[in-house]
Amino acid sequence: MNAPLPTDTVLSEHATDMPDVLVLGGGNAALCAALAAREAGARRLLVLEHAPRAERGGNSRHTRNLRCMHQQPADVLTGRYPESEYWDDLQRVTGGATDERLARMTIRASADVRDWMRKQGVRFQPSLSGTLSLGRTNAFFRGGGKALLNAYYLSAERLGVEISYDTEVLDLEIEDGRFHAARVRRRGFPERIEARTLIAAAGGFESNLEWLEEAWGPATRNFLIRGTTFNRGAVLRTLLARGARRVGEPDQCHAVAIDARAPRYDGGIVTRLDCVPFSIVVNREGRRFYDEGEDFWPKRYAIWGRLVARQPEQTAYALIDAKMTGDFMPSLFPPIRGDSLRELAGKLDLDAAVLERTVADYNAAVRPGRFDAGALDDCATEGLDPPKTHWARPLDTPPFHAYPLRPGITFTYLGVGVDERARLLMDDGRPSANIFAAGEIMAGNILGRGYLAGIGMTIGTVFGRIAGQEAARHAAS
Amino acid sequence: MPLADTLNEARRVMEVCNACRYCEGYCAVFPAMTQRRGFADADLEYLANLCHHCGACYYACQYALPHEFGVNVPRAMADLRADTYEKYAWPQGLGGVFRRNGVLVSLVLILALALAFALAAAFISPETLFTAHRGADAFYAVVPHAAMVGAAGGIGLLALLALGLGALRYRRATAPAGRGAQRAPRLRQALADTLSLRYLGGGGDGCNDRGEAYSNTRRWLHQSMLYGFALCFAATCVATLNDYAFGRPAPYPVFSLPVVLGTLGGIGLLIGSAGLFALKFIADPAPAMRRMLGMDVAFLALLFLTALSGLLLLALRATPAMGTLLVLHLGIVLALFATLPYGKFVHAVYRFAALLQYAGERADGPNSNGD
Repeated sequence: MNAPLPTDTVLSEHATDMPDVLVLGGGNAALCAALAAREAGARRLLVLEHAPRAERGGNSRHTRNLRCMHQQPADVLTGRYPESEYWDDLQRVTGGATDERLARMTIRASADVRDWMRKQGVRFQPSLSGTLSLGRTNAFFRGGGKALLNAYYLSAERLGVEISYDTEVLDLEIEDGRFHAARVRRRGFPERIEARTLIAAAGGFESNLEWLEEAWGPATRNFLIRGTTFNRGAVLRTLLARGARRVGEPDQCHAVAIDARAPRYDGGIVTRLDCVPFSIVVNREGRRFYDEGEDFWPKRYAIWGRLVARQPEQTAYALIDAKMTGDFMPSLFPPIRGDSLRELAGKLDLDAAVLERTVADYNAAVRPGRFDAGALDDCATEGLDPPKTHWARPLDTPPFHAYPLRPGITFTYLGVGVDERARLLMDDGRPSANIFAAGEIMAGNILGRGYLAGIGMTIGTVFGRIAGQEAARHAAS
Repeated sequence: MPLADTLNEARRVMEVCNACRYCEGYCAVFPAMTQRRGFADADLEYLANLCHHCGACYYACQYALPHEFGVNVPRAMADLRADTYEKYAWPQGLGGVFRRNGVLVSLVLILALALAFALAAAFISPETLFTAHRGADAFYAVVPHAAMVGAAGGIGLLALLALGLGALRYRRATAPAGRGAQRAPRLRQALADTLSLRYLGGGGDGCNDRGEAYSNTRRWLHQSMLYGFALCFAATCVATLNDYAFGRPAPYPVFSLPVVLGTLGGIGLLIGSAGLFALKFIADPAPAMRRMLGMDVAFLALLFLTALSGLLLLALRATPAMGTLLVLHLGIVLALFATLPYGKFVHAVYRFAALLQYAGERADGPNSNGD
């Protein structure tokens, strides 16, 4: 009898069956890479996703848009967003922690990714309610990131890409920058998989609390992780240990102030709180520590994770009064209410006298102005430290509401170096012969610090496609 | 689940959704949701009936199981929808019939068939039933005109009354008062949304009728059934007009208007009901509501049997089988009419009311309600 063995077991045994491209990861960048490699003629393609099918897609399933350059209004995008403005935005948020050549290439490529995405089944919609500020710059996926992933996975299955779920990468055999094989655990069983080329698109390490603690110390214990539990950084750590060039710092991450009651992992978008600019934020000592009204929330939420991380117990409270309850997007968890500041302080376990003092000082410093939630209005404090420079109104109308805040880690920036062909750069600056990287694992090359909404998906899509094309070309040669 | 539990689950789910909003592009439920900050029972009952159960939001949901939030909007809405059918049924005590609907509809069908055969047996001899009849009034030789019109018309009118009063009770509870103006454009919008079944369109590519992929299959099948139903209704109207206004009683020639309308409608019903029935069994059960299954299947089966018996009657009306088929067809139609207000058909009434309300909210602009 010559019955064929299940492909599972012959994978590594026959060179003829050896995958042209082995993709590590199952999120946006990984799928874009696999699809692009297929389009470019790669024959056997294998995608290894650590998560089971129901939880596939890494943090991409929590995303909702990507940032696109465009010269004139285009489908779901309004106005224009030229390269120069995009670049200025990126330079501003990163404070220069970016590789201009890679960044500009990504920005230019973002102009026409949407047509390719549509071809793969992704659909777009105008910006969601409550996100009008992004209607010009960001194209929203209809149904969000999970719908995008569903489209990519369907497309990949249709094109004959093999997807192996529940498959964790344990180690990579790399010699002089050349990839030979991956040692994995597939559905519990160890296995060795050889391939002609490797694309590392397995995300960052934000769900690896031990690693985060190396960078952040004990404060990490009060961090919430907004995304998947599977981004433990195993591939990133292995590549770095095998001589890949390191890019970015381990303590650099996209950290947002989110609702402290969010689940430890995977809370995603609904844990955000938009009330901060209209509120005053106090720490566990009952004291304010930063200008809540510095700028519009979309431009500031990325700094508030770090601000809260530096407070005692990594906890803070956004306080509003009854007249402010309708000024922001509804949030998942109901506010903690008190008919007086004293009662609220009791519920939050804060020193009531200090809290009353903080609010009284703030109220006394508020200068009259014309409140406008949609503009940088003239409601500000005078002679207060720290000041509140916009949307400052006295907290004087009970009941008072509090939303507890904690740092929510969205993704990490420490990564591996790549060149403009998505080739992995080794420590000595030479590109790897057959390893490519895409997505969060290399996003630090472009976004070394700060945050620009939707650029992570842009980097993942652009570099995923490049990595796929390059890997296919390399495998064919 | 008691009503309070289904309401609480729908409320919990809508509060997650309203903080997320990724699904705004799919259907009317989410834009209607974003116009609210909190969800009163009436809001939830309205949203539940606005939901077309397309499944798109379930497959796009980052909070679906195994996520600890376990969000399943189609299921929560279907569950609550079934509760509203019970709650607003007229007469009030009959709400319970929605619970074991498959059994109930089957019993009604048997009763209606028995009644039809009893009528036939009471009025005519077995020879008449099993003889071929030709020419004008052939049908009424088997079942007398008055009996047929009396039974079908009487039950039909009762059904209409029950449906109307149920809709009225629903509207009174869920629709905000003082929205009398601009009725015509709203009606037009709601009609357009119904006739195109817009919200099984998922924003353009169809709904998730089987799984993660978008498809327009369910939409086409449903509309085949809807238009089939409409054509059959039109055929009945034309025939009634012929009979009473022009004194031309059935049966009519094959290429007459009522027969052509009825035949096309019957074929549409057959295709639609059989297709939707098949879809139920190949679809992913995750977003479905098992509680609805009996109701869905019973209604589909009745529509299928109505169409099948009607078409057979047409095909074999010149043979001795005509009598038996006529009595069968009449019995099935009676059962269909009698169960209209107490089965799946009510979704059409409440869904349309919800679409009408949504057309109003949309016209009034965002944040006009409850904000």
